[in-house]
Amino acid sequence: MIRFVGVNKTYDDGHQVLKDLNLEIKEGEITVLIGPSGCGKTTTMKLINRLIQPTSGQIQIDGQEIASLDPVELRRRIGYVIQNIGLFPHMNIARNVGVVPRMLKWDKTKIAQKVNELLSMVGLEPRMFANRYPSELSGGQQQRVGVIRALAADPSIILMDEPFSALDPISREQLQDELIRLQTELKKTIVFVTHDMDEAIKLADTIVLMNGGQIVQSGSPDQILRHPANDFVKSFIGKKRMSANRSMEEMPTASDVMVQSPAIALPTRGLAEAIKMMESRRVDSLLIVDKGNRLLGSVSIYQVIDHYGDEGKTVADIMSPPTHTVRKNTPLSAALNLMSEHQLSNVPVVRDDHQFIGLITRGSVVRHLAEVYSREDEGEQAYVG
Amino acid sequence: MWAEYLEFWQDRYPDLLAATWEHLSISFASIALGILVAVPVGIYLAGNRSKWLHSAVFGVANLFQTIPSLALLAILIPLLGIGAKPAIFALFLYSLLPILRNTYAGFQSVDPSVLEAARGMGLSQTQRLLQIQFPLAFPYIMSGVRLTTVYIISWTTLAALIGAGGLGQLIVSGIGVNKTELIVSASLCAIVLALLADRLLGAVEKFFSRRARTAKTDASLLANG
Repeated sequence: MIRFVGVNKTYDDGHQVLKDLNLEIKEGEITVLIGPSGCGKTTTMKLINRLIQPTSGQIQIDGQEIASLDPVELRRRIGYVIQNIGLFPHMNIARNVGVVPRMLKWDKTKIAQKVNELLSMVGLEPRMFANRYPSELSGGQQQRVGVIRALAADPSIILMDEPFSALDPISREQLQDELIRLQTELKKTIVFVTHDMDEAIKLADTIVLMNGGQIVQSGSPDQILRHPANDFVKSFIGKKRMSANRSMEEMPTASDVMVQSPAIALPTRGLAEAIKMMESRRVDSLLIVDKGNRLLGSVSIYQVIDHYGDEGKTVADIMSPPTHTVRKNTPLSAALNLMSEHQLSNVPVVRDDHQFIGLITRGSVVRHLAEVYSREDEGEQAYVG
Repeated sequence: MWAEYLEFWQDRYPDLLAATWEHLSISFASIALGILVAVPVGIYLAGNRSKWLHSAVFGVANLFQTIPSLALLAILIPLLGIGAKPAIFALFLYSLLPILRNTYAGFQSVDPSVLEAARGMGLSQTQRLLQIQFPLAFPYIMSGVRLTTVYIISWTTLAALIGAGGLGQLIVSGIGVNKTELIVSASLCAIVLALLADRLLGAVEKFFSRRARTAKTDASLLANG
């Protein structure tokens, strides 16, 4: 466990970056320090491996005051990953990964073994990559090496300073996923600095949100999303994310479930045409909309057959007006209630001005549920594999 | 004409060889001294942030560079007398600036994030210097040394004027007795010497920085092996 007790940091120019910081970082968890630039998150992280010295206050690792330790010795016990990767360009990958074990005077074969093990762990085939140089690797591959280099000497603490923010979005996602996977095996105490809330929510066990050198709120991602402490936290999380979070917990809406292009017909169509259209679309009813796309009503195959003998009639004459409609944002639960209560086979979705948007049918509901559940299944499989 | 040269070379080659050897020793001594002084100073400057120290050191090195070589040699006579010693000293002063500049540039060129990573991983200052900064700055330092070597070898001919010997001595005598063969032969020797030295240092530079540059072929060979 890492503990900050009343830590202050003031730079020589008088700028105070940390104000009476008290923080406990739990063992075996990913703690994400997040905040706008200049909030002190990077300073906080660099205090841990003494790249920065506090002006006052104490920092303890497992109860030991780190000011009493030799900084070089301390840093060899703490993994360090930086944004710009910082691989040594004149050393091949194997030598880069083995830097700290070599300094700790590990046995050569033990180092080679560890390097191979780590390379395989992040999907870099040792035979192919061990002898390559950093410049021959893609950015994502380089940062994988950056991460395993920090793991090489098996430190219990790893500091990561915006490690994925310089990567392209695809590599970033991959590395985030890999970090999560590695962490389930390794259970390191990871201090992760970022300014990206999505990243924080994805990775963190605990998020520590900072502003102006102080902690504004800390807690699990869920706690912070559900109970933002103040307006700053709300604005930092962003409206979109809060509503996205809410909608995840709720039912899908009518617009998620509806069929967007059901069989429709103009009111001027004759009955023979109507039967032909139903046949080709394989449906038992047609929705009647005018040229302005406003919903007028619906006809079923039975209504058409009843009046089929009367050649002068159009669908407008026999249709029944819409009895029940729902809006786009009507929750699916409400739409389903409506359908079962009134024994409806379908319910049209319209805008406030009766513009027709789509149709919820029993079939579309089943399809939607099937999609949702199969997606969750895939997710689980991916997680297990 | 070729016959004359052939005869001359057969006749005088021990002199030419001796002068070439002398020439090489003077050049080598000045460059070696230059490296010994300029590289550490360059390293120190690169790690030091004080502005006035930079301008002071580079100012002095620049100043040496601008003194006309003939004048510098003449100035040194009352201080150091004549012979090889003042010549080596003068050429040493000239070698300072390019080596200093390149060493400084080489150390400046090291990516700060590489150094930050090294520091954060627990490399001590000495380890950072020897394992990271120096190897990465090495190509820069070597190109400074190569540049300096070529023109110091050529300037060493002037050292003959204060009695330091070397190939310059033969050229000066050639002028005195109006013997073209002597002038041309000595010059040719100096040129060949400079070219060979440049080639040799180039090979040294390549050998040491080979891995970083042509790592691809290297790595694939190893991977197959």
